[in-house]
Amino acid sequence: MRARLSWLKLPMAALASVMIAATMSTAARAAEVKVAVAANFTEAVKEIGALFEKATGHKPVFSFGPTGGLYNQVTQAAPFEVFVSADQATPAKAIAEGHAVAGTAFTYATGKLVLFSKTDGLNLGEQTLKDGKFTKIAIANPKTAPYGTAAVEVMQKLGVYDALKGKIVEGNNIAQTYQFVDTANAEVGFIAFAQIALKPGGSRWVVPANLHKTIAQDAVLLKTGANNDAAKAFIAFLKGPEARKVIEKYGYGFVD
Amino acid sequence: MGELNFAQLWSPIRLTIELAFITTILLLIFGTPIAWWLARSKARWKEAVATVVAMPLVLPPTVLGFYLLLLLGPNGPGGWIAGLYGARTLAFTFTGLVIGSVIYSMPFVVQPIRNAFEAFGDRPLEVAATLRASPWDAFWSVAVPLARPGFLTGAILGFAHTIGEFGVILMIGGNIPGQTKVLSVAIYDFVETQHWTEAHILAGGMVVFSFAVILATMMLGRRYGQQGR
Repeated sequence: MRARLSWLKLPMAALASVMIAATMSTAARAAEVKVAVAANFTEAVKEIGALFEKATGHKPVFSFGPTGGLYNQVTQAAPFEVFVSADQATPAKAIAEGHAVAGTAFTYATGKLVLFSKTDGLNLGEQTLKDGKFTKIAIANPKTAPYGTAAVEVMQKLGVYDALKGKIVEGNNIAQTYQFVDTANAEVGFIAFAQIALKPGGSRWVVPANLHKTIAQDAVLLKTGANNDAAKAFIAFLKGPEARKVIEKYGYGFVD
Repeated sequence: MGELNFAQLWSPIRLTIELAFITTILLLIFGTPIAWWLARSKARWKEAVATVVAMPLVLPPTVLGFYLLLLLGPNGPGGWIAGLYGARTLAFTFTGLVIGSVIYSMPFVVQPIRNAFEAFGDRPLEVAATLRASPWDAFWSVAVPLARPGFLTGAILGFAHTIGEFGVILMIGGNIPGQTKVLSVAIYDFVETQHWTEAHILAGGMVVFSFAVILATMMLGRRYGQQGR
């Protein structure tokens, strides 16, 4: 019996020392900040995250998803510390419902909606929607994704929503919506301009801003991050000139 | 939140049952010869075929969803088939879901039927042959009745597994009410949008359903197990 236990001791000791070492190294490292990010901002925030890490030494950890879905997780005590939403309503709600720090919400970008097709050389525009010469049009789930809501507004404003309703396929978030169009399973789709801003090819029509409500995108400090310097630093960085340059590069606008 | 909309609840339930029903029928049609061949063949590579059939057990639904999206799409065979009747893609269609479900639930049907075919061995078929039953006749009047518990278990599991399918459908469905918005996706949608009353109704129903299904399979297994003894 004793012999059996003793051969177990060595690996146990090794395991324990590894765990202690791991804990110590985490403590010694710069702080981490967990950020929930609306899917449309994925590419831009990755770049901003790299710059942020270089500038501050803090490490951002991103979770991507639809705005509504991410907020739902926040209400169930998800460990996110910063919430980068695709709208203004959800951060406002986060503050009202006591999950976010009042006074920290700010608009980091305004989004552009684009009608996109994988096929080159199409002349996309209002007429495309009015003619409806396609079998599937992809949009993000309008109940959870602001770009989906905007897409529905555009179709309603042009008076084609009822006609196109049967052709709509919904992506769970704007990233899946893009993937539906990118795989050509849907001929056209309303996606975020930022998703294709840096990618050549396909056909695109940037939807005029007067056809839908402005997609003002707010970020907010969540209460879980109120005492985390890295979280506050990330918010500050997102407002700063370096981040702004990236945001601009991806085709977003600004309110000021 | 708004008031409870029962049509909104009923549509995914009906669609899911339709999907599971059609899938189960197809699985019995396609799965039975596969199970038969796996049980009777002496081919050396048959375990390779068995492995392919069983792979959806371990593959993440995202892997199947990803490949299906490409295969069903305009640049894959699915798009070609869809082209025969003027459509462009089988993704986002009920047909697409059926194809996905058949692949995804195949192991749950083939395995029990194969086991049942293997359980009674060669003897009954040899006896049937000496009584001058044709192989076809022997299959229907000897093998199938003997393998009945396997068929039942396979059908129940295939049906139940299709009802519970989520990841693959999320990836190839497009969330179209009445066509691809099945139960699990509807629950996901309700949860994501904080419609928890609706989510509770559907999710609670699924818990009861799963309990009933598993209990039924276990009781079936017991019953046939005892008869066999």
